[in-house]
Amino acid sequence: MVTLNNYLLVSGMLFTIGLAGVMLRRNILIIFMSLELMLNAANLSLVAFSRFHTVEGLPNYNAQVLVFFIITVAAAEVAVGLAIIVALYRQRQTTHVEDLNSMKF
Amino acid sequence: MPPFLFWIFSGLMLLFATMVVLLRQPVSSALSLVVSFLALAALYVSLDAFFIGVIQIMVYAGAVMVLFLFIIMLLDLKAEARRKFQLPATFSAIGVVVIFGFMINKVVSGFEMGKSSFPAILHGPKNDVWHVGDTLFSYFNLPFQVIGVLILVATVGVVVLSKRELK
Repeated sequence: MVTLNNYLLVSGMLFTIGLAGVMLRRNILIIFMSLELMLNAANLSLVAFSRFHTVEGLPNYNAQVLVFFIITVAAAEVAVGLAIIVALYRQRQTTHVEDLNSMKF
Repeated sequence: MPPFLFWIFSGLMLLFATMVVLLRQPVSSALSLVVSFLALAALYVSLDAFFIGVIQIMVYAGAVMVLFLFIIMLLDLKAEARRKFQLPATFSAIGVVVIFGFMINKVVSGFEMGKSSFPAILHGPKNDVWHVGDTLFSYFNLPFQVIGVLILVATVGVVVLSKRELK
C-alpha cells in the first residue's frame, strides 16, 4: 500500500540530494542541475497532495496548475541562468565557483 | 499503478539523482538527470497526473536537458573533471543532509493524515487534461497571461545576455 507519506518521504529525499549537490559540488553547471532537482522535489510533493486531497471525487487541480506554472518558470530560469553562465565563461574561462571570488569581502 | 512500480521508480529516481551529485563528468551528470526526470514523470503518472507527467518529459527531460547538454558541450568542460571534493564542504554537506533527512522523517512520521492510501477518484467522461485546462483558464487566467509576459522578458534577456560584448 502506497501512502501520501511515502511520496512525501521520497520528495524530501530528492530535495536533500539536491541540497547536498549544491553544497558539495564546485562546478556551477552541476549546482544548477541540483537546483532543478530541488524544484522537482517540490513539484512531486505538490502533485502528491493534489492526488490525496480530492475535491468532489477529483484530484485538486489547483496544485497541478501550480506545478504547470513552476515548470514554465523553471524553463525560463534555466534559459536565463545558462545565458549568464555562458557570458561568465566568456569573461573568465571557468565554471568553477572558487575561481569567481572578485566580490568576496 | 501497482505498489512495486512506485518503489522501482522512486528508487531509480533517487539513485540517478545521487549520481548527478557524485559523478565527475558534467555530461554523465546531465544524462543521469534525464533518467531521474523520466522516473519522476512515471511517479506523476502513478498519481493520475498524466498531463504533468507528459509536460515533465517534454519540457524537463526534453527541452531543458537538451539546453544543459548543449551548454556543457559548448563550454567543453573536460579539464574540470579531476578536481577533488573539499573536506569541510563534504562534512558540512553530509551533516546538513543527515539533519534534514532526520527532520523530514520526523515530520512525515507524525503526519497522521498521510497514512491512508489513495482516495477513490471518479473517472468521468472528461479526462485529466480537460480538468487542468479548465482550472487554468477559468481560475488562473491572469497568472497565465503574466507567465506569457515573463517568458517574453526572459527571451529578450537571454538575447541581450548572449550578445558578443556586454556593456
